[in-house]
Order: sequence, then C-alpha cells, then structure tokens
Amino acid sequence: MLHADRPTVSVAAGKGGTGKTLFATSLAVALNEVQPGQVQLIDCDVEEPNADILLHPQIAEREPVKVLVPEVDLDTCTRCGRCAQECQFSAIAVIRDAVLTFPDLCAACGVCAYVCPVGAIAEVERQVGIVERGMSPEGIHFVQGRLSVGDQRATPVTKATARMVDVNMISILDAPPGTACPMQESIESSDYCILVTEPTPFGLANLQDAVETCRRMELPCGVVINRDGIGTPGVTDYCTAEGIDILLRIPQDRSIAEAYARGETLAHSFPQWRDELVDVYDAVCKFLRSESTLTT
Amino acid sequence: MSKALKQLTVVSGKGGTGKTTVVASFAALAESKVLADCDVDAANLHLVIEPTVVESGDFYGAKIAVRDLELCQQCGECERRCRFDAITATDIDELACEGCGMCVIACPHQALRLETVSCGKWYLSETNYGPMAHAKLAPAAESSGRLVTMVRQKAEDAAIERDIPLAIIDGAPGIGCTAAAAITETDLALIVTEPTLSGIHDMERVAQLCMQFNVPVTVMINKADLNAANTQRIRAYCADKGLGLLGELPYDESVTEAMARQMPLVEYRDGPVAQGIRAAWEELSEILSN
Repeated sequence: MLHADRPTVSVAAGKGGTGKTLFATSLAVALNEVQPGQVQLIDCDVEEPNADILLHPQIAEREPVKVLVPEVDLDTCTRCGRCAQECQFSAIAVIRDAVLTFPDLCAACGVCAYVCPVGAIAEVERQVGIVERGMSPEGIHFVQGRLSVGDQRATPVTKATARMVDVNMISILDAPPGTACPMQESIESSDYCILVTEPTPFGLANLQDAVETCRRMELPCGVVINRDGIGTPGVTDYCTAEGIDILLRIPQDRSIAEAYARGETLAHSFPQWRDELVDVYDAVCKFLRSESTLTT
Repeated sequence: MSKALKQLTVVSGKGGTGKTTVVASFAALAESKVLADCDVDAANLHLVIEPTVVESGDFYGAKIAVRDLELCQQCGECERRCRFDAITATDIDELACEGCGMCVIACPHQALRLETVSCGKWYLSETNYGPMAHAKLAPAAESSGRLVTMVRQKAEDAAIERDIPLAIIDGAPGIGCTAAAAITETDLALIVTEPTLSGIHDMERVAQLCMQFNVPVTVMINKADLNAANTQRIRAYCADKGLGLLGELPYDESVTEAMARQMPLVEYRDGPVAQGIRAAWEELSEILSN
C-alpha cells in the first residue's frame, strides 16, 4: 500500500550517466499504474533535460523563466564606477567611456542599481530558460525546465522548475548530476533523495559526495545500484559501513541499455520491474513514517 | 595565455558517455601535455591517473554576509533589501546567501560585512603522464564555473613553465557554467556521445554551445553498435552541421573493467575500444598540430 502522505522523492546522482533519468521515469510509470493520474514527474536537469524522451508528454503550457539584469542609461551615467566597484560578480565594468555588462555573471542582486548615485541603472528582465508542463500518454503529470543554450545560469531555471512540486501528488523529481547548486536546489524541495550509482570507483567517489551533500542538507537518502554485477564491491561496502539503504539493484544487461537507447523506460519494456519499483517508493514511505514517529 | 599552447577539451552534454575514459587514454597516448580535470563537481580523472599533489590551495569562490551583533539594531533593512531570502533581522541563511553585499551596503548601522569562505581546493599534481591540475569542490558548495577557470589557469601556468605544447581538459557534463567554462577559448572540443536518444539530444545542445563560443567541434560515438539507427542520426547531424566525426567505439565491458582497475583503457587491454581510441588520438594530434 502506498503511504497516504505521498512524500516527494528526488532522484539524483553524483556522477552523470548512471541511470538517474531511466530510474526516475520508470518509477513514475510504475507508480502511475498503481495510482493513475496521481503521479507527477519533474525534470530539474535543466541543462540537459531528457525525461521527456522517455515519457513523451504533450506539452500544454510554457512559462518563460526570467532574471533581472542591469541596463545602463548612458546619457544619465556619469561613469563614476560605483556599480563596478560594488558588484561582487564582476558583471558590470566601466572602462573609460564605456559601460559593459556581463549578464552571464550577474546574480540579479540589484546592488548596481541600488548604489548608482544618479539612478542611471534600470533592471530589465532577460529570459534564461523555460518551464514546460504537460501530460504523458498514460496520464503522468509532467514538468520540465530547459536552460536556454548559451545561458549559464541554471540555478534560476532549476528553482522555477522545482517550485512546481504538487504536494498532493506523488512527485518524483529528476535532479541534475553533480553536487553543486542546481542539484541542491532540486533536492531541497523533496522529502527523500534516491541516489543512483554504478558499482565502479567513479560511481563510488561521486556517491560519497552526494551522500555528504544530502547529510549537510539533513535530507534522508538511499541508493539504487545500476549495472549491478560489473565493477567492484566498493559501493555495497560503503553503503553497509555507512548504514545507507540499498533500495534496488538493476543488473548490467545490454538489453536494458538498448531499450534506453530507443527511449523506453524499464517499466515499459520490462514490466516485471514494476512491482519492484513500487516497492522502492513504499520502502521510502515506510522509512519516513518510522522517522517521523521517532522524532515526534 | 601562451599562444603556442593548444587546448583540447573533452565534453559530452550527457554524463556517463565515456568522457573520462577517453581523456585518461589520451593522457597515456599523448607525448607532452598537461591535464586539467574540469569536471569539478564529480572529478574522477584522479582515480585513473593517480596524482601526487605538489601544490594546493583553497578556492574562495563565494562570500557570505556576517553580522556584528553588537552593532545590529535589528531594524530589518537587510531583510527588505535581500533578493535571496537569505537574511532576516536576526538570522542569516548561509546556503541561500549569494554574497552580493546588498545587505552590507544597505545596513544603516554598518553591522554587516562580507567574508570569503573556502568552497573547495585546487591541486597541481605530478602524474606518470605529466602535470595535472584538478580540484575538489566542497559538498554543497557553489561557484564551480570559477573553479573550472582556476583549474585551467593552473594547467596553463604549468604548461608555459615547462614548455608543454598541449592541454587536455576533462570537461563537465551539461551546458551550464561549469561546462561553458571548460569550453570557452579552447582550440578544439571533442564531444563524446552515445547513440541513445538522450545522448543525441544532449550532444546537440553542447555542440550548439561550442558553436556559440566559436570552438571547432569533433564528435566521437561511444557504444556505437548499441543502436544503429541512432548512430546514423549522429553521423547525419555531424554532416549537416559540418562537425568532424572522429571515430566510433563499440559497446564493450572491458571499459568498465579498466575503470574498476583504475587504469587507462589503452594500458589495460588492447581490445577494439582501445584500438579505436588510439586511432582517434592519431587523427586528433594531426588536427591539433595544424
């Protein structure tokens, strides 16, 4: 039985290419079989969103993500350089008669406009990406963020995407790889983080960083080992030593890789996996329930 | 920057396509080079290349606001001005603070200041394959684009000092600040991709980014026999965009075995993938010497 509280689960990985999106979309499909229309999949990997390739959603709404950047009125500006002096991000510079802005470096903090003694700086909106919403053919509520190519500020797009979590639904969040700010912004809005890894020294090293990030954020986490059977026992040994639950092992299997290459989830091409995927979510619910009993 | 130094950056868009495996093998094949592991969020090259650190330092990427409680009147002006919900009249959320200094400037009582925080370490190492610059970002830290730039600078300095003509850069996945910082102002970007629908989608996005930076692109297809139709799509994309196509490597589990043994593939086994990488390297050195 699924837990009534419907915790939001993020799916992350220190290392890219370990099967994060395959697992997240497969989990969503399997859960939607049990709770039709009650599942939401949010793709927060805004630099390279891929969940749509596996879920084929019909996109119904598109919302641009905008950030503020400075616009200098050169007629009013006295070239005093106060803005450049106070900007912590080197996003604005006054060089002789020219004022240069570097939108990619800008944090949209508003300091330049605030300190300008003659009010020559206005803040204007600039689009950095888009949040798209729709529905997959089987009825999964789908959200994805896309960073515009050439823009480097993934974090505002990730934030806008992660805000779409609907706590009344079973929400699965596909986080970007790594452990830096966009990954943290994604997993922050979840109740539990599933870390997908592979049993290799690379997988282990990046898993350790991801676990440490979760711990600093006080977010409980568990592990899914993909391509189980290859590599080394390091990941299993690490999880045992640290008391981290291994929620699922997906074996190394060329036919799974081939199905993924065609854009198919595990739940679509290997229906025998559906029960095990639902069990993973149930185990997470059970864990959170026992934890809340312990802390209250 | 030395004009003589050629820089090759290896990126992928999608993670896990074999970028680091390729870089480690190039490291073993190239004669004189410096290495730079610019995948600072998930650095792995050191697991294969076993560096001995000779120089290191803290990376101060970000600043955070710090309050002097004796001066603070709890007026709340900081809270009203902060765009990141990082400060209230009594508290500072260090993870949310961007270090922009708005609160410092706005505080009527000079009760706030910015302090630099270490958010990682950079290293310059000796390896069996030449000098290597790398870094370790602290968990839950930010500013990784600037750390990438710093790692590249350390590698460049080492190259100039020792008259080394080539830098091989292991880039980050994605198209955001870390990937972009590894691509900008390099001589050639090698995109390692795979014939999965995700691999193609991500390759196209990172290829567009390289083109925006005017960095020439060549593509290598890993696991090319996994899906013939998708491999054909990648070839067609390269032809259409005028991108180089460097080589196609078969799906082969000895790649994982080499990784498990923490050895460059070309030194572990001379199978079809290793041979493919050797051939690709010969072609690449040709391209880079022109």
